[in-house]
Amino acid sequence: MILFPLTVRGAQTTRRGKVLVGPVDLDLAGVGATVVMGPNGSGKTTLLRLLHGAARLTHGRIDWACTQAEAHSAQAFVFQRPVMLRRSVLENLTYPLRLCGTSRSVAQFMAEDWAARVGLDAMLDRPATVLSGGEQQKLALARAMIIEPQLLFLDEPTAALDGRATREVEAVLRAALASGTRLILSTHDLGQARRLADEVLFLLHGQVLEHSAARKFFEAPATLQARAFLRGDIVE
Amino acid sequence: MKRILLSSALMVWASVASAQDVMRMAVTTSFHNSGLAEILLPAVAEDLGLEVQLIVVGTGQALKLGEAGDVDAILVHSRKAEEAFVEGGFGPHRREIMYNDFVVIGPAADAAQVGAAKTAAEALQAIATAEATFVSRGDDSGTHKKELSLWRAATLEPEQFGTWYNATGSGMGAALNTAAGMDAYILSDRASWLNFGNKGTLALLFAGDPVLFNQYAYLPVSVEKHAHVKGELAAKLEEWLTSPRAAELINGYTINGETLFTFNATN
Amino acid sequence: MGDLWAGLSEAFRLLVTLDSDLVEITLRSLQVTLTALAIGSAIALPLAAFLAVRRFRWRRSVIAVLNALMGLPPVVVGLAVYVLLSRSGPFGVLGLLFTPSAMIIAQVIIIVPLIASVAHQSLRDLWSEYHDLLISMNVTQSQKIRTLLWDARRALLTASLAGFGRAIGEVGAIMIVGGNIEHATRVLTTAIALETGRGDFALALGLGFVLIGLAITVNLCIHWLGRTEQEGRW
Repeated sequence: MILFPLTVRGAQTTRRGKVLVGPVDLDLAGVGATVVMGPNGSGKTTLLRLLHGAARLTHGRIDWACTQAEAHSAQAFVFQRPVMLRRSVLENLTYPLRLCGTSRSVAQFMAEDWAARVGLDAMLDRPATVLSGGEQQKLALARAMIIEPQLLFLDEPTAALDGRATREVEAVLRAALASGTRLILSTHDLGQARRLADEVLFLLHGQVLEHSAARKFFEAPATLQARAFLRGDIVE
Repeated sequence: MKRILLSSALMVWASVASAQDVMRMAVTTSFHNSGLAEILLPAVAEDLGLEVQLIVVGTGQALKLGEAGDVDAILVHSRKAEEAFVEGGFGPHRREIMYNDFVVIGPAADAAQVGAAKTAAEALQAIATAEATFVSRGDDSGTHKKELSLWRAATLEPEQFGTWYNATGSGMGAALNTAAGMDAYILSDRASWLNFGNKGTLALLFAGDPVLFNQYAYLPVSVEKHAHVKGELAAKLEEWLTSPRAAELINGYTINGETLFTFNATN
Repeated sequence: MGDLWAGLSEAFRLLVTLDSDLVEITLRSLQVTLTALAIGSAIALPLAAFLAVRRFRWRRSVIAVLNALMGLPPVVVGLAVYVLLSRSGPFGVLGLLFTPSAMIIAQVIIIVPLIASVAHQSLRDLWSEYHDLLISMNVTQSQKIRTLLWDARRALLTASLAGFGRAIGEVGAIMIVGGNIEHATRVLTTAIALETGRGDFALALGLGFVLIGLAITVNLCIHWLGRTEQEGRW
């Protein structure tokens, strides 16, 4: 099924009367990597969750080109702090496949393949909980991608990783982009944003201040706050 | 290893199976403590091919079990209660089987001088006067009812006794335990006393007054009131219990050379 | 002290000679308690998982009631089961009173709240850990429950063990509903009560040591079966 274009109109999510994100109007097409940026507390995580359906929409609409249910099944989400199932690395990878009814042998084959792609093939039988932070995040990434989602959300995926792990993760993401996966990720790392983004969403206080092509955003940001942010100033 | 554990688990489940006739009889703790059941039941199994499952409770509960139809017969020693049972239609009749006697047990030092009494009433009177520690069954059993009737015969009212009188609400063995622990006086049936393993400083102080005789009776449970009751098996057992064979076993049962029960069933 | 030594030597003698009564009583103790454990766990564990993942209006009250039921005095449960199973009671026609089945029923009622409460706590913790991930993966309710039950199996085993401990040492309820009938419903705990009541402390102590040994052995077996201590394995 086709997910895109994604149309968001007046989307808002509130909690106890306080508006966390919104109102937001967006049109997203089906190619490339969208990077969501903004200072801490600007609502990046909430926006991602809202689009994924993990946060409750209290006003407005989010319309995919297909039904909500179909859209959800073609997406995956990588959290900032990876959630590890208390099982082995292999079993973590086969879990989403087994949920869909994939046979054990096929699932195992695919799991081994993806483990190799992220460099975890030596640790297939280790319990996932004893992996290092970087290894766990790579595992979470592989687990998200093993079901071949059309759209992958990533919430600050390399925030807790060292340089080497970051490089490895970005390599995987680039490969995914090359094979047609749509990425929407949030990041603090300006360098990473420059490396990966095709378009940028700049958020402040839960609102989208700027939405433009990456190059245009980095070279000539339209708003004062975006400029301040790119300079490295504290933006309130 | 898993297999061994699994198969032994299966064996545990398979371990209970029996092809005999089975009936349930409620008996009093006094009867059970005497050890006579250990002689009679195997003989019953051998002669009649009948397994008798004994539920050992106080007389009060035994009668209740009979009324509710949870057992097929009862063997108790409390005439008034038995007659009420039959009167109430819970059982067709009562059949006397045998009797033993009650004895007064107490500390060997016998401060209340129970040993010098001529009758049971005198003995209890002595205890009350001395306010010596006394343990009562307090559980509405045959023994308990006997004890109460003896106090009343001595024109004493147990309700008004002071803290020297302790009603434990337990079976004969447990009550004897308590008496041994408190160095107290207690009324017990002779059989339970002889069989009791923890005598401590207690001794048999008074016996022989005819009023202390204790009649056991067998009451089958009414099949009219409870259709599921095994009336035929209960009748078979009754016949056996009143037969010369039972007489021989009962009269011949001794503990340390002393006979406990006297068979007195009539046909 | 003399009683203690007498008890030890009596226990040793009973074991070494594989006294037939002892073996019969022990097997029956195991039969009753392990059956109650199996049935109790089959009820309590899915219940605990259901309470952990499903939001419904009276969820908090149900959990509170479950916790409170842990404090239910076992002997009162025995009395209630007795009244229900007696011939003059509502379930009398089943003829279960004074059989091992009645004892199993009483023990199940006693241990289900315990197992469910302990399991629920662990499952709730695990659920809060897995929540985001599983929701994102769109799992169905039953997949949710199965995943939680499997991944928390060590904690669930502990919950079951707690239930076993409660059941194997229970005496009041099974005395009432079982009647402590020789060769039919006598188990280790009721036999100990009986022998103590008879004043035969040596035998009672002997049985007591056997009971302790039994409890420890079954605990070790369950651990071994779960292979929970094996390195690197859950």
